Amino acid sequence: MSKKMHATPMLDQLESGPWPSFVTGLKRLAKDNDMMVDLLGQLEHSYQTRKGYWKGGTASVKGYGGGVIPRFSEIADKFPESKEFHTLRIMPAPGMHYDTDILRKFCDIWEKHGSGLIALHGQSGDIMLQGCTTENIQAAFDEVNELGFDMGGAGPSVRTSMSCVGHARCEHSCFDEGRAHRTVMNTFTDDLHRPALPYKFKFKFSGCGNDCMNSIQRSDMAVIGTWRDDIQVNQAEVKNFVKAKGREYVIDNVVTRCPTKAIKLKNDDTLEIDNRNCVRCMHCINVMTKALSPGKDRGVTVLMGGKRTLKIGDLMGTVIVPFMKLDTDEDFEQLVELGRSTIDFWAENGLEHERCGEMIERIGLNNFLEGIGREVDPNMINHPRTNPYIRMDGWDDEVARLKASKAQAG
Amino acid sequence: MTAQPRMPIESGVPDHFQYMHPTLRRNYGQWAWHERPRPGVLHHVSQTGDQVWTVRAGTQRQMDVHTIRKLCDIADQYADGYVRFTIRSNIEFMVADEKKVKPLIDALLKGGFPVGGTGNSVSMISHTQGWLHCDIPASDASGAVKSLMDELHQEFVNEDMPNRVKITTSCCQINCGGQGDIAINIQHTKPPKINHDLVANLCERPSVVARCPVAAIRPAMVNGRPSLEVDEKKCICCGACYPPCPPMQINDPEHSKFAIWVGGKNSNARTKPMFHKLVAAGIPNNPPRWPEVAAIVKKILRVYKEDAHAWERMGEWVERIGWPRFFELTELPFTKYHLDNWRGARASLNASVHIRF
Repeated sequence: MSKKMHATPMLDQLESGPWPSFVTGLKRLAKDNDMMVDLLGQLEHSYQTRKGYWKGGTASVKGYGGGVIPRFSEIADKFPESKEFHTLRIMPAPGMHYDTDILRKFCDIWEKHGSGLIALHGQSGDIMLQGCTTENIQAAFDEVNELGFDMGGAGPSVRTSMSCVGHARCEHSCFDEGRAHRTVMNTFTDDLHRPALPYKFKFKFSGCGNDCMNSIQRSDMAVIGTWRDDIQVNQAEVKNFVKAKGREYVIDNVVTRCPTKAIKLKNDDTLEIDNRNCVRCMHCINVMTKALSPGKDRGVTVLMGGKRTLKIGDLMGTVIVPFMKLDTDEDFEQLVELGRSTIDFWAENGLEHERCGEMIERIGLNNFLEGIGREVDPNMINHPRTNPYIRMDGWDDEVARLKASKAQAG
Repeated sequence: MTAQPRMPIESGVPDHFQYMHPTLRRNYGQWAWHERPRPGVLHHVSQTGDQVWTVRAGTQRQMDVHTIRKLCDIADQYADGYVRFTIRSNIEFMVADEKKVKPLIDALLKGGFPVGGTGNSVSMISHTQGWLHCDIPASDASGAVKSLMDELHQEFVNEDMPNRVKITTSCCQINCGGQGDIAINIQHTKPPKINHDLVANLCERPSVVARCPVAAIRPAMVNGRPSLEVDEKKCICCGACYPPCPPMQINDPEHSKFAIWVGGKNSNARTKPMFHKLVAAGIPNNPPRWPEVAAIVKKILRVYKEDAHAWERMGEWVERIGWPRFFELTELPFTKYHLDNWRGARASLNASVHIRF
């Protein structure tokens, strides 16, 4: 436990400056952890040569197929103590809340079995216990698991989810994100722990259109809070706001910034809102936090197919369900069913390494909707098709079918 | 006879209420409004009349246990023993008494944790693993972010941008760092170098061929052994072949260059969500401080701060003033590489006479 430190002239430069330094943290760990001595040596070597030296492999815990990110060093001859430097992905609670007792327990476990380096959090929302030997993975996970925490996702599986702070501390929140997060995710634990899907599948939950979880661009199924009745206006607070900020400020920053020009400032310093044209963008509510609130008839919009670059380029999610209520047990079960039918259809029809959004792009939205049993809706599009290259000999039948199903529902 | 192995308790996502600050727990779903009394502090008021002040501080994300314990000590002494983390690895301390805010801030600052990241600030840069832990990084992440956050410290502790600014970094084009008002991603500029001796042993060739977005990879026999070849004219240097086939080395100490992308936006506020767009490339991968990257980022931020209207996110500002003016104001060169030539590219071309002079 007293391996000599490597010279780290480049990393040393990252110890100065006002922002907290991870290098200082690594050095503190290296004082009584040889793995971190060599990790620092390897990292400095990367800085010197501008190359990474980790390769993947296999490492896991009993009972699960994924969740451990294996890393083996390609330069173990130079830095033997960090030749294995695996990460355990652990799912946090929705909203990433902790008490200090549980954080200290994580620290103790990770100091005992791992490197002592913890990322809070990875880009998919996992607690990342970074730096473990193959031998210690099981013991470390067992202790974490006994605390009530479970392994996160990795590989072609349902991945760890994220939800915003929402109901816990945000007045914009339009549904119980924590409940939705746990209800959905705890249905798919098997698909999370045993990778057997075409590729990764991510759920994210944001309480309103501000989408603090970036769910539209970064999740296969984005659940975003919204409302369908009128924005709640406290006109007395509107007047207070106008008095404090002035009419010009309100006109410039609330009225003219409304994307659908649905807001008017009246002569008596109250607001008039054309709610039929409101697109629930959240801007006016963000500005006038005390005077305006989302409506009372709340629920969620669900979008599907968002992802980043690989393989066909960036895709945003597409609206699949414009509105659904999320109050009762049955509502939550419907949300789970939506996820289940989507994952089932994609598991059957997705190609290897093909995200759900890429599959939708390949097969077309119509086929996808049919596959998951949902009707088309004009809220799914920016505009109808512009190109005429389509067979439309089924038009009359389709119109008749829609009329009949509407009559049956109505 | 060996003992039965311990099987995992498949408990899934833990219940959040057990780790939630009691005031948050008590007012779950009942918050009424909020304000920001100062940078780094949020004040939320519940319909029940309860109030909570949140103090937000920056962390280095990849933390040693000593740092986490230090944060726990602060939470125990000044903030009732509860914390939460944001998506950008900021830590938040909640207190139900306004009088506790200042001592908490003082303790955080004394501990070396900057307080800020709220409202119209440049918040902590979301990032990836880089050389510390990723198997395909062309650069580092924590180091690049530490360097940038040192440079942007004043923008974190103040709220004087036109709107919030989210910056991301990614150490390859897969872009795990996410979308941002400014996205700093490394970009490969040369096709992969193939180590033909290793391909047959390490790579499942059909899946590597299938992974290529432009069908530039073909199976081939090289020196009598099965391998792969790349049509270098077709190759777009995306690096997608590297993860399933590490002998197709894409990272290059010299030719992997940083590119900067601007105008990404998650929120639906005012305008629909936007992807970030390329503005600068060819920037050297220059550890440990990446000064060339920082200079461009700071220039873009300065121009945005001077020119944007209140509430305009970076992408909204550029849409208002137009891209020609963006390049003029930032003095960044506009090149043929800025024209999209991927599928759907025509949607990004100007089909109008909307032109500013």
